[in-house]
Amino acid sequence: MLIATAIGIAVNRDLLSVVMLSSIYGLLSANFFVTMDAVDVAFTEAAVGAGISPLLMFTTMAIVGRYEKLPHRWSLSALVLVSITGALLLVATMDMPAFGAPDAPAQQHVAPRYIEQSGQEVGIPNIVTSVLATYRGFDTFGEVTVIFTAGVGVLSLLMVGDRATKPLSSHLLKASQHKILRIVSKVLIAPILLFALYVQFHGDYGPGGGFQAGVIFAAAIIVYTMLFGLDSARQVIDQAWVRVMAAVGVLLYGAVGVVSMVNGGNFLDYDVLAKDPLHGQHYGIIVIELGVGITVAAVMVLIYFSFAGRLVDRGHQDD
Amino acid sequence: MTDMLLTHYNYWVVMVLMMIGFYIVIAQGNLVKKLVGLNIFQTSVFILYISAGKVSGGSAPILDDAISVYSNPLPHVLILTAIVVGIATTALGLALIIRLREAYGSAEEKDIQEQNQC
Amino acid sequence: MLSHLPILQVILPLLAAPSCLILGRPALAWGFSFATSAAAMLISMLLLQQVWLEGPISYFLGGWEAPWGIEYCIDLLNAFLLLIVSSLSTVVLAGTRQSVAAEVEPNKQTLFYVSWLLCLAGLLGILATGDAFNVFVFLEVSSLSTYTLISLGRDRKALWASYQYLIVGTIGATFILIGIGLMYMMTGTLNMQDLAQRLPVVADTRTVFAAYAFVIVGVCLKLALFPLHLWLPNAYAYAPSAVTAFLAATATKVAVYLLIRFSFTVFGADFGAMDIPLHQLFIALGLIAVFSASLVAILQIDIKRAIAYSSVAQIGYMIIGLGLGSAAGLQATLLHLFNHALMKGALFMSLAAVALRMGSTRLDDLAGLSQRMPLTAMAFVLGGLSLIGVPLTVGFISKWYLVIATLEMGMWPVAVLILVGSLLAVMYIWRVVEVMYFRDPPASSQVSEAPVSVLLPLWLLVVANIYFGIDTALPVSVTADAAQALLGWGK
Repeated sequence: MLIATAIGIAVNRDLLSVVMLSSIYGLLSANFFVTMDAVDVAFTEAAVGAGISPLLMFTTMAIVGRYEKLPHRWSLSALVLVSITGALLLVATMDMPAFGAPDAPAQQHVAPRYIEQSGQEVGIPNIVTSVLATYRGFDTFGEVTVIFTAGVGVLSLLMVGDRATKPLSSHLLKASQHKILRIVSKVLIAPILLFALYVQFHGDYGPGGGFQAGVIFAAAIIVYTMLFGLDSARQVIDQAWVRVMAAVGVLLYGAVGVVSMVNGGNFLDYDVLAKDPLHGQHYGIIVIELGVGITVAAVMVLIYFSFAGRLVDRGHQDD
Repeated sequence: MTDMLLTHYNYWVVMVLMMIGFYIVIAQGNLVKKLVGLNIFQTSVFILYISAGKVSGGSAPILDDAISVYSNPLPHVLILTAIVVGIATTALGLALIIRLREAYGSAEEKDIQEQNQC
Repeated sequence: MLSHLPILQVILPLLAAPSCLILGRPALAWGFSFATSAAAMLISMLLLQQVWLEGPISYFLGGWEAPWGIEYCIDLLNAFLLLIVSSLSTVVLAGTRQSVAAEVEPNKQTLFYVSWLLCLAGLLGILATGDAFNVFVFLEVSSLSTYTLISLGRDRKALWASYQYLIVGTIGATFILIGIGLMYMMTGTLNMQDLAQRLPVVADTRTVFAAYAFVIVGVCLKLALFPLHLWLPNAYAYAPSAVTAFLAATATKVAVYLLIRFSFTVFGADFGAMDIPLHQLFIALGLIAVFSASLVAILQIDIKRAIAYSSVAQIGYMIIGLGLGSAAGLQATLLHLFNHALMKGALFMSLAAVALRMGSTRLDDLAGLSQRMPLTAMAFVLGGLSLIGVPLTVGFISKWYLVIATLEMGMWPVAVLILVGSLLAVMYIWRVVEVMYFRDPPASSQVSEAPVSVLLPLWLLVVANIYFGIDTALPVSVTADAAQALLGWGK
């Protein structure tokens, strides 16, 4: 199924269907991740692969045009290059441990400690969250920084200056003429926000956590923007404020690390945050997840505003 | 050989997906489509990692007294990070495409290179 | 507090970046970034001293011991590189304010400095970490901020250069990710030292061989090793001048570091030699890089672009040193990392000064520059001499060690080719000198010398080029020990 979709993407020249297919591809791989027991990954892939990324691509497409201009020609050099890479991977699979084998090296060395001891050492049931937030908490800090970096990059590329303050009425993204849509969505936005909070704080027990919550939270705001237009959304949410929030999330995460250094531990050592190491771990995880959530939500909103801002400006140029 | 087919099926799917994605990136002229290809390419790597973490008979790594075998949580964590990195790259790439289209009036590799020549 | 130095090295610029965004005003952001970078430089000096006196430092993030947690592992090699990167960033940043004010739109200048700090943090993070996956994460931090910095160039071609680099860079990073994944499948660990211990057991498997290949190709894409270099000249030529100086002096060095780290520490010194003649391949590619890139550099009409091609050639020299596989060769490469950072920093900064005053770095526009901007022109000439490898400059030191290392291995044809390659450098530097010194400036030009705030850091680099060309004690002893340690570790 995945392969069929991928081939579909390769041969299709209508970008709209390419993006549609890529969204389906995202959903399919999310499904696949569930069968592989990777529920957290599936959740994220569904949100990203089938949500955010196609959304941004649609917006881009609205600006740059829908159809590929040139008919595709098979490129021999590309085929050769791809075949070499593929062959290398094929070679790699030859000596690989069999799929699902419990005695494969990957299952042996480092991982068992997470499974056997994270219950006592960190004290939360979701092992993925334990590893993500504590054992490899610094990776996650880097991940938040990557998101922040992308936000800064998109902002610097698509900044429209202070034109947003002008009273523009954007008709392009506005679906507010549809009464039903408007009412349904109004009803929907509050529960979406609530669900985001649930995912944010439930990450310890089930799949979820700061990143997914941030994406959902941003989704609520994006829905609002789609319905009521960019300007009214910008009135409700000041863009400068969103920018500050994006920075605050990263700082919050870092602050946890600094506090644990001040308390005598290493950077991001949550054990020293409270008298009881388990409580310390718990506080640390809650705060850093919050930091992740804030930055992710703020950056997603920022990115969407920047993209949509370009779209609105274009709409006005065409008038 | 049939043994191999059964035990490594997942990895070969990865291989095919990777080749398709990689090919789209190199050979396609449309900038948006290149990014879609890049996404496929990256997703294939995600599948590689997640497959490596699967343990037969295991279940999702959320501690429960009723379960004794869990799949490996470490690849899941790594891939969560990688997915986030992927979407960050995509967003930046799309923003670049929008600016390129404004500056060159096209989102095709060939058009842009022709304009750069003169 | 001293025990936290390894992590402070990275999180200082990392946390300064969002703070910088909140600060807002460009002038403030510049001052803040400069102070941060200077502090990072101070930390790297302390670290180098500490490692030099007491041996490698290891720091467990989150208090989880490796390989379960992420480890920062500072030895001579990366302490040396941390110093190169943070000091070059500081010096270049000192002279960038006017240049950025002239080349970047006012409302984007703060974002420029935020990206700069993020890039610095990313590069330092790659250097400091002892965890293979953490390398990938920080690689992406530095890459994404680099794409942003390049795209801020004035020419619309900067956007295209940035997009090309984004595609190539992401492919490279994904290759590295595949390699790391394959290594993890075979060993169950991500920690570099742990990998080094566990890989020999499975070294004969084709999976590990493929892992090695993916990592090396991925790193070489980032490194712009011939023939994977096509993104680099555009990126360097169209990025804002200050960014070019920064990237040329640091980013490629970090990529070379990764190549060394993965080949020598993780896979072991003699791993690559087993199945394919990797050493010979490196030497051959290095030589081709030197010649082809130097020849193309001679043909360029834009000097910035010519010097960018020269970077590809210089990377060739570094790879030749690696390919020799001996301690002397490795030392030559490490020395050249340091020296090349100094000379490219000086050259690109003098070009930044030219761009600031002239608004162009095209060869034709530089006529008679020595009369209008004598100090800048002189700095360029001295940097150029260093690039060629004239005695009393750092360039000579690197060439000297490289040639000695090749002769030690009995490869005298390679040594001759290296010297011939230097002659090509004479040609592309001489073209510029000729135009700057022996042509009259257009009568209408009202250009004046660059401001002191630019000249001061520029000449600091020029003086460093000469100082370390005469007093070589520090870099030579550090690199000698680092090279020994790398080869010893592999056994």
